[in-house]
Amino acid sequence: MAAGEKPPSLDELDARVKAAQQVQERRVGKPGGGPRGGTEKIGVGLRIGIELVAGVVVGTVLGLLLDRWLGTKPWLLIVGFLLGSCAGFLNVYRVAQAEEARRKTAAASEAKDQSRSP
Amino acid sequence: MASPLEQFEIVDLSKPLFMIGKVPITFTNSAAFMFAAVGVASIFLIAAGSRKQLVPGRLQGLAEMLYDMVAGMIRDNVGDAGKKYFPFLFSLFIFILFGNMLGMIPYTFTFTSHIAVTFAMAFAIFIVITLIGIFKHGLHFFSLFFPHGAPLATAPILIPIEVISYLSRPVSLSVRLFANMTVGHVLLKVLAGFVVALGIVGGWVPLLVLVGITALEFLVAFLQAYIFTILCCIYLNDALHLH
Repeated sequence: MAAGEKPPSLDELDARVKAAQQVQERRVGKPGGGPRGGTEKIGVGLRIGIELVAGVVVGTVLGLLLDRWLGTKPWLLIVGFLLGSCAGFLNVYRVAQAEEARRKTAAASEAKDQSRSP
Repeated sequence: MASPLEQFEIVDLSKPLFMIGKVPITFTNSAAFMFAAVGVASIFLIAAGSRKQLVPGRLQGLAEMLYDMVAGMIRDNVGDAGKKYFPFLFSLFIFILFGNMLGMIPYTFTFTSHIAVTFAMAFAIFIVITLIGIFKHGLHFFSLFFPHGAPLATAPILIPIEVISYLSRPVSLSVRLFANMTVGHVLLKVLAGFVVALGIVGGWVPLLVLVGITALEFLVAFLQAYIFTILCCIYLNDALHLH
Protein backbone atom coordinates (compact mmCIF):
# COMPACT_ATOMS: atom_id res chain seq x y z
CA MET A 1 0.00 0.00 0.00
CA ALA A 2 1.41 3.39 -0.97
CA ALA A 3 2.01 5.94 1.79
CA GLY A 4 -0.84 8.39 2.34
CA GLU A 5 -3.39 6.05 0.81
CA LYS A 6 -6.33 5.35 3.11
CA PRO A 7 -6.45 1.76 4.44
CA PRO A 8 -9.46 -0.09 2.99
CA SER A 9 -12.54 -0.02 5.22
CA LEU A 10 -13.90 -3.17 6.83
CA ASP A 11 -16.87 -3.16 4.46
CA GLU A 12 -14.58 -3.24 1.47
CA LEU A 13 -12.55 -6.03 3.02
CA ASP A 14 -15.72 -7.96 3.77
CA ALA A 15 -16.87 -7.65 0.17
CA ARG A 16 -13.50 -8.86 -1.08
CA VAL A 17 -13.50 -11.84 1.31
CA LYS A 18 -17.03 -12.77 0.18
CA ALA A 19 -16.04 -12.54 -3.49
CA ALA A 20 -13.01 -14.73 -2.91
CA GLN A 21 -15.13 -17.24 -0.99
CA GLN A 22 -17.62 -17.44 -3.85
CA VAL A 23 -14.88 -18.23 -6.34
CA GLN A 24 -13.58 -20.90 -3.98
CA GLU A 25 -17.05 -22.34 -3.42
CA ARG A 26 -17.64 -22.65 -7.13
CA ARG A 27 -14.41 -24.58 -7.42
CA VAL A 28 -14.47 -26.92 -4.42
CA GLY A 29 -17.92 -26.66 -2.85
CA LYS A 30 -19.25 -24.93 0.21
CA PRO A 31 -16.92 -24.68 3.20
CA GLY A 32 -17.77 -24.56 6.87
CA GLY A 33 -20.04 -27.59 6.80
CA GLY A 34 -17.26 -29.90 7.87
CA PRO A 35 -15.95 -32.68 5.67
CA ARG A 36 -17.70 -33.03 2.34
CA GLY A 37 -17.81 -35.11 -0.79
CA GLY A 38 -16.16 -38.50 -0.42
CA THR A 39 -15.19 -37.92 3.20
CA GLU A 40 -18.78 -37.40 4.23
CA LYS A 41 -19.88 -40.60 2.51
CA ILE A 42 -17.24 -42.63 4.34
CA GLY A 43 -18.63 -41.18 7.57
CA VAL A 44 -22.18 -42.25 6.79
CA GLY A 45 -21.05 -45.71 5.75
CA LEU A 46 -19.13 -46.19 8.99
CA ARG A 47 -22.15 -45.04 11.00
CA ILE A 48 -24.76 -47.36 9.53
CA GLY A 49 -23.07 -50.69 10.24
CA ILE A 50 -22.52 -49.91 13.88
CA GLU A 51 -26.04 -48.51 14.39
CA LEU A 52 -27.50 -51.86 13.30
CA VAL A 53 -25.25 -53.92 15.56
CA ALA A 54 -25.73 -51.59 18.56
CA GLY A 55 -29.51 -52.06 18.51
CA VAL A 56 -29.24 -55.85 18.40
CA VAL A 57 -26.59 -55.96 21.14
CA VAL A 58 -28.48 -53.64 23.51
CA GLY A 59 -31.76 -55.52 22.99
CA THR A 60 -30.14 -58.90 23.56
CA VAL A 61 -28.20 -57.84 26.65
CA LEU A 62 -31.30 -56.19 28.10
CA GLY A 63 -33.25 -59.42 27.54
CA LEU A 64 -30.49 -61.46 29.16
CA LEU A 65 -30.35 -59.24 32.24
CA LEU A 66 -34.14 -59.18 32.62
CA ASP A 67 -34.15 -62.97 32.32
CA ARG A 68 -31.60 -63.30 35.08
CA TRP A 69 -33.52 -60.86 37.27
CA LEU A 70 -37.02 -62.29 36.71
CA GLY A 71 -35.98 -65.92 36.22
CA THR A 72 -37.84 -66.27 32.92
CA LYS A 73 -35.06 -67.95 30.95
CA PRO A 74 -34.96 -67.94 27.95
CA TRP A 75 -38.05 -66.04 26.87
CA LEU A 76 -37.05 -62.43 27.44
CA LEU A 77 -33.73 -63.11 25.70
CA ILE A 78 -35.63 -64.11 22.57
CA VAL A 79 -38.02 -61.17 22.82
CA GLY A 80 -35.11 -58.84 23.51
CA PHE A 81 -33.23 -60.11 20.48
CA LEU A 82 -36.22 -59.59 18.20
CA LEU A 83 -37.02 -56.14 19.56
CA GLY A 84 -33.33 -55.26 19.43
CA SER A 85 -33.17 -56.25 15.77
CA CYS A 86 -36.17 -54.00 15.11
CA ALA A 87 -34.45 -51.18 17.00
CA GLY A 88 -31.30 -51.74 14.92
CA PHE A 89 -33.26 -51.45 11.70
CA LEU A 90 -35.04 -48.39 13.08
CA ASN A 91 -31.64 -46.80 13.80
CA VAL A 92 -30.45 -47.49 10.27
CA TYR A 93 -33.72 -46.20 8.83
CA ARG A 94 -33.36 -42.96 10.82
CA VAL A 95 -29.78 -42.42 9.68
CA ALA A 96 -30.77 -43.02 6.05
CA GLN A 97 -33.78 -40.72 6.38
CA ALA A 98 -31.73 -37.89 7.91
CA GLU A 99 -29.10 -38.35 5.20
CA GLU A 100 -31.74 -38.21 2.48
CA ALA A 101 -33.28 -35.04 3.94
CA ARG A 102 -29.86 -33.39 4.14
CA ARG A 103 -29.01 -34.34 0.58
CA LYS A 104 -32.29 -32.88 -0.64
CA THR A 105 -31.77 -29.55 1.12
CA ALA A 106 -28.20 -29.43 -0.19
CA ALA A 107 -29.40 -30.12 -3.74
CA ALA A 108 -32.15 -27.51 -3.40
CA SER A 109 -29.76 -24.82 -2.16
CA GLU A 110 -27.34 -25.68 -4.95
CA ALA A 111 -30.09 -25.36 -7.57
CA LYS A 112 -31.03 -21.99 -6.07
CA ASP A 113 -27.43 -20.82 -6.26
CA GLN A 114 -27.21 -21.79 -9.90
CA SER A 115 -30.47 -20.11 -10.87
CA ARG A 116 -29.34 -16.93 -9.13
CA SER A 117 -26.01 -16.65 -10.90
CA PRO A 118 -26.41 -16.46 -14.70
CA MET B 1 8.26 -59.46 16.63
CA ALA B 2 6.07 -57.28 18.83
CA SER B 3 2.40 -58.12 18.80
CA PRO B 4 0.20 -55.61 16.96
CA LEU B 5 -1.89 -55.31 20.11
CA GLU B 6 1.01 -54.31 22.33
CA GLN B 7 0.44 -50.64 21.55
CA PHE B 8 -2.86 -50.72 23.43
CA GLU B 9 -1.35 -51.94 26.68
CA ILE B 10 -2.09 -49.86 29.75
CA VAL B 11 1.04 -49.21 31.78
CA ASP B 12 1.08 -47.88 35.33
CA LEU B 13 3.33 -44.86 35.55
CA SER B 14 3.00 -44.39 39.31
CA LYS B 15 2.31 -46.16 42.55
CA PRO B 16 -1.41 -46.44 43.37
CA LEU B 17 -2.57 -42.93 44.24
CA PHE B 18 -5.73 -43.92 46.09
CA MET B 19 -8.27 -46.72 46.20
CA ILE B 20 -11.85 -46.79 44.96
CA GLY B 21 -13.31 -49.81 46.71
CA LYS B 22 -10.73 -52.51 46.00
CA VAL B 23 -9.48 -50.97 42.77
CA PRO B 24 -6.18 -49.12 43.06
CA ILE B 25 -6.16 -45.95 41.00
CA THR B 26 -2.82 -45.29 39.35
CA PHE B 27 -1.58 -42.72 36.90
CA THR B 28 -1.41 -44.66 33.62
CA ASN B 29 -0.07 -43.91 30.18
CA SER B 30 -3.68 -43.45 29.10
CA ALA B 31 -4.16 -40.69 31.68
CA ALA B 32 -0.81 -39.18 30.70
CA PHE B 33 -1.89 -38.89 27.07
CA MET B 34 -5.23 -37.37 28.09
CA PHE B 35 -3.26 -34.69 29.95
CA ALA B 36 -1.01 -34.36 26.91
CA ALA B 37 -4.02 -33.89 24.62
CA VAL B 38 -5.46 -31.21 26.88
CA GLY B 39 -2.04 -29.55 27.17
CA VAL B 40 -1.29 -29.53 23.45
CA ALA B 41 -4.81 -28.34 22.64
CA SER B 42 -4.54 -25.54 25.20
CA ILE B 43 -1.14 -24.43 23.91
CA PHE B 44 -2.41 -24.54 20.33
CA LEU B 45 -5.56 -22.51 21.03
CA ILE B 46 -3.81 -19.99 23.29
CA ALA B 47 -1.04 -19.51 20.74
CA ALA B 48 -3.60 -19.18 17.96
CA GLY B 49 -5.56 -16.59 19.91
CA SER B 50 -2.60 -14.57 21.14
CA ARG B 51 -2.10 -12.38 18.05
CA LYS B 52 -5.77 -11.69 17.20
CA GLN B 53 -5.29 -10.43 13.67
CA LEU B 54 -8.11 -9.35 11.39
CA VAL B 55 -6.62 -11.37 8.56
CA PRO B 56 -5.69 -14.62 10.29
CA GLY B 57 -2.30 -16.23 9.90
CA ARG B 58 -1.95 -20.00 9.50
CA LEU B 59 -2.31 -20.88 13.17
CA GLN B 60 -5.17 -18.48 13.83
CA GLY B 61 -6.82 -19.59 10.58
CA LEU B 62 -6.73 -23.20 11.68
CA ALA B 63 -8.22 -22.39 15.08
CA GLU B 64 -10.93 -20.25 13.45
CA MET B 65 -11.72 -23.08 11.05
CA LEU B 66 -12.24 -25.55 13.91
CA TYR B 67 -14.33 -22.98 15.80
CA ASP B 68 -16.46 -22.24 12.71
CA MET B 69 -16.94 -25.92 12.07
CA VAL B 70 -18.28 -26.71 15.53
CA ALA B 71 -20.35 -23.52 15.57
CA GLY B 72 -21.84 -24.42 12.19
CA MET B 73 -22.51 -27.96 13.35
CA ILE B 74 -24.49 -26.68 16.34
CA ARG B 75 -26.31 -24.07 14.24
CA ASP B 76 -27.37 -26.65 11.64
CA ASN B 77 -28.28 -29.47 14.01
CA VAL B 78 -29.53 -27.82 17.19
CA GLY B 79 -30.31 -24.23 16.27
CA ASP B 80 -30.15 -21.24 18.58
CA ALA B 81 -31.04 -23.28 21.66
CA GLY B 82 -27.75 -25.12 21.29
CA LYS B 83 -25.56 -22.01 21.59
CA LYS B 84 -25.02 -22.32 25.30
CA TYR B 85 -23.70 -25.86 24.84
CA PHE B 86 -21.00 -24.66 22.44
CA PRO B 87 -18.17 -24.57 25.03
CA PHE B 88 -18.83 -28.16 26.02
CA LEU B 89 -19.19 -29.49 22.48
CA PHE B 90 -16.12 -27.60 21.29
CA SER B 91 -14.03 -28.96 24.18
CA LEU B 92 -15.32 -32.45 23.46
CA PHE B 93 -14.42 -32.16 19.78
CA ILE B 94 -10.95 -30.77 20.50
CA PHE B 95 -10.26 -33.40 23.18
CA ILE B 96 -11.13 -36.31 20.88
CA LEU B 97 -9.44 -34.74 17.88
CA PHE B 98 -6.17 -34.17 19.73
CA GLY B 99 -6.38 -37.61 21.34
CA ASN B 100 -6.73 -39.19 17.91
CA MET B 101 -4.06 -37.03 16.31
CA LEU B 102 -1.52 -37.55 19.12
CA GLY B 103 -2.10 -41.26 18.65
CA MET B 104 -0.93 -40.97 15.04
CA ILE B 105 2.57 -40.04 16.18
CA PRO B 106 4.74 -43.18 16.41
CA TYR B 107 5.38 -44.54 19.94
CA THR B 108 2.42 -42.69 21.42
CA PHE B 109 -0.64 -44.16 23.05
CA THR B 110 -4.15 -43.56 21.67
CA PHE B 111 -6.55 -43.23 24.57
CA THR B 112 -9.57 -43.19 22.25
CA SER B 113 -8.72 -46.78 21.26
CA HIS B 114 -10.04 -48.02 24.60
CA ILE B 115 -13.73 -48.76 24.97
CA ALA B 116 -13.47 -47.83 28.65
CA VAL B 117 -12.57 -44.27 27.69
CA THR B 118 -15.02 -43.84 24.82
CA PHE B 119 -17.89 -45.51 26.62
CA ALA B 120 -17.34 -43.41 29.72
CA MET B 121 -17.53 -40.27 27.58
CA ALA B 122 -20.53 -41.47 25.57
CA PHE B 123 -22.42 -42.68 28.64
CA ALA B 124 -21.80 -39.49 30.61
CA ILE B 125 -23.03 -37.42 27.66
CA PHE B 126 -26.04 -39.70 27.25
CA ILE B 127 -27.01 -39.26 30.91
CA VAL B 128 -26.54 -35.48 30.81
CA ILE B 129 -28.52 -35.09 27.58
CA THR B 130 -31.34 -37.24 28.97
CA LEU B 131 -31.41 -35.11 32.15
CA ILE B 132 -31.46 -31.91 30.07
CA GLY B 133 -34.46 -33.31 28.18
CA ILE B 134 -36.28 -34.29 31.37
CA PHE B 135 -35.63 -30.94 33.08
CA LYS B 136 -36.74 -29.02 30.03
CA HIS B 137 -39.87 -30.97 29.17
CA GLY B 138 -40.73 -32.79 32.40
CA LEU B 139 -42.56 -36.06 31.89
CA HIS B 140 -43.48 -34.90 28.41
CA PHE B 141 -39.93 -35.95 27.50
CA PHE B 142 -41.06 -39.57 27.43
CA SER B 143 -43.27 -38.84 24.41
CA LEU B 144 -39.95 -39.28 22.59
CA PHE B 145 -40.55 -43.01 22.97
CA PHE B 146 -43.89 -43.07 21.22
CA PRO B 147 -44.08 -41.86 17.62
CA HIS B 148 -46.62 -39.19 16.86
CA GLY B 149 -49.95 -40.46 15.54
CA ALA B 150 -49.26 -44.20 15.82
CA PRO B 151 -52.30 -46.22 16.92
CA LEU B 152 -52.34 -46.83 20.68
CA ALA B 153 -52.61 -50.61 20.19
CA THR B 154 -49.06 -50.70 18.79
CA ALA B 155 -47.60 -49.16 21.97
CA PRO B 156 -46.54 -52.48 23.61
CA ILE B 157 -44.25 -53.18 20.64
CA LEU B 158 -43.23 -49.66 19.64
CA ILE B 159 -42.25 -48.41 23.08
CA PRO B 160 -39.73 -51.21 23.82
CA ILE B 161 -38.26 -50.77 20.34
CA GLU B 162 -37.91 -47.02 20.81
CA VAL B 163 -36.43 -47.49 24.29
CA ILE B 164 -33.86 -49.99 22.99
CA SER B 165 -33.09 -47.69 20.09
CA TYR B 166 -32.57 -44.85 22.56
CA LEU B 167 -30.38 -46.97 24.85
CA SER B 168 -28.28 -48.10 21.89
CA ARG B 169 -27.09 -44.53 21.31
CA PRO B 170 -24.22 -44.48 23.80
CA VAL B 171 -23.21 -47.97 22.61
CA SER B 172 -23.03 -47.02 18.94
CA LEU B 173 -21.41 -43.70 19.79
CA SER B 174 -18.61 -45.26 21.83
CA VAL B 175 -18.09 -48.43 19.77
CA ARG B 176 -17.75 -46.41 16.57
CA LEU B 177 -14.91 -44.27 17.90
CA PHE B 178 -13.17 -47.11 19.72
CA ALA B 179 -13.48 -49.61 16.83
CA ASN B 180 -12.24 -47.19 14.20
CA MET B 181 -9.21 -46.14 16.19
CA THR B 182 -8.30 -49.69 17.25
CA VAL B 183 -8.73 -51.19 13.80
CA GLY B 184 -6.69 -48.44 12.17
CA HIS B 185 -3.80 -48.83 14.56
CA VAL B 186 -3.78 -52.64 14.34
CA LEU B 187 -3.84 -52.40 10.54
CA LEU B 188 -0.87 -50.03 10.56
CA LYS B 189 1.11 -52.34 12.86
CA VAL B 190 0.32 -55.47 10.83
CA LEU B 191 1.28 -53.82 7.55
CA ALA B 192 4.45 -52.49 9.12
CA GLY B 193 5.19 -56.07 10.20
CA PHE B 194 4.90 -57.20 6.56
CA VAL B 195 7.40 -54.55 5.52
CA VAL B 196 9.96 -55.94 7.98
CA ALA B 197 9.15 -59.58 7.18
CA LEU B 198 9.48 -59.16 3.41
CA GLY B 199 12.66 -57.17 3.79
CA ILE B 200 14.33 -55.05 1.15
CA VAL B 201 13.19 -57.31 -1.71
CA GLY B 202 9.41 -57.39 -1.37
CA GLY B 203 8.86 -54.88 1.43
CA TRP B 204 8.23 -52.01 -0.96
CA VAL B 205 4.70 -53.08 -1.78
CA PRO B 206 3.32 -53.09 1.80
CA LEU B 207 5.34 -49.92 2.46
CA LEU B 208 3.46 -48.11 -0.31
CA VAL B 209 0.15 -49.39 1.04
CA LEU B 210 1.26 -48.31 4.51
CA VAL B 211 1.81 -44.74 3.33
CA GLY B 212 -1.70 -44.66 1.86
CA ILE B 213 -3.26 -46.19 4.97
CA THR B 214 -1.45 -43.68 7.18
CA ALA B 215 -3.05 -40.85 5.24
CA LEU B 216 -6.41 -42.60 5.55
CA GLU B 217 -5.87 -42.93 9.30
CA PHE B 218 -5.38 -39.17 9.64
CA LEU B 219 -8.67 -38.75 7.82
CA VAL B 220 -10.37 -41.27 10.12
CA ALA B 221 -8.87 -39.60 13.20
CA PHE B 222 -10.44 -36.31 12.19
CA LEU B 223 -13.67 -37.82 10.90
CA GLN B 224 -14.35 -39.81 14.06
CA ALA B 225 -13.94 -36.74 16.26
CA TYR B 226 -16.31 -34.92 13.89
CA ILE B 227 -18.90 -37.73 13.90
CA PHE B 228 -18.79 -38.09 17.69
CA THR B 229 -19.49 -34.38 18.11
CA ILE B 230 -22.15 -34.14 15.42
CA LEU B 231 -24.02 -37.10 16.91
CA CYS B 232 -23.93 -35.41 20.32
CA CYS B 233 -25.49 -32.38 18.59
CA ILE B 234 -28.20 -34.54 17.03
CA TYR B 235 -29.00 -36.23 20.36
CA LEU B 236 -29.02 -32.86 22.11
CA ASN B 237 -31.45 -31.59 19.49
CA ASP B 238 -33.76 -34.54 20.14
CA ALA B 239 -33.72 -33.78 23.86
CA LEU B 240 -34.30 -30.04 23.38
CA HIS B 241 -36.95 -30.14 20.67
CA LEU B 242 -38.65 -33.57 21.03
CA HIS B 243 -39.67 -34.42 17.46
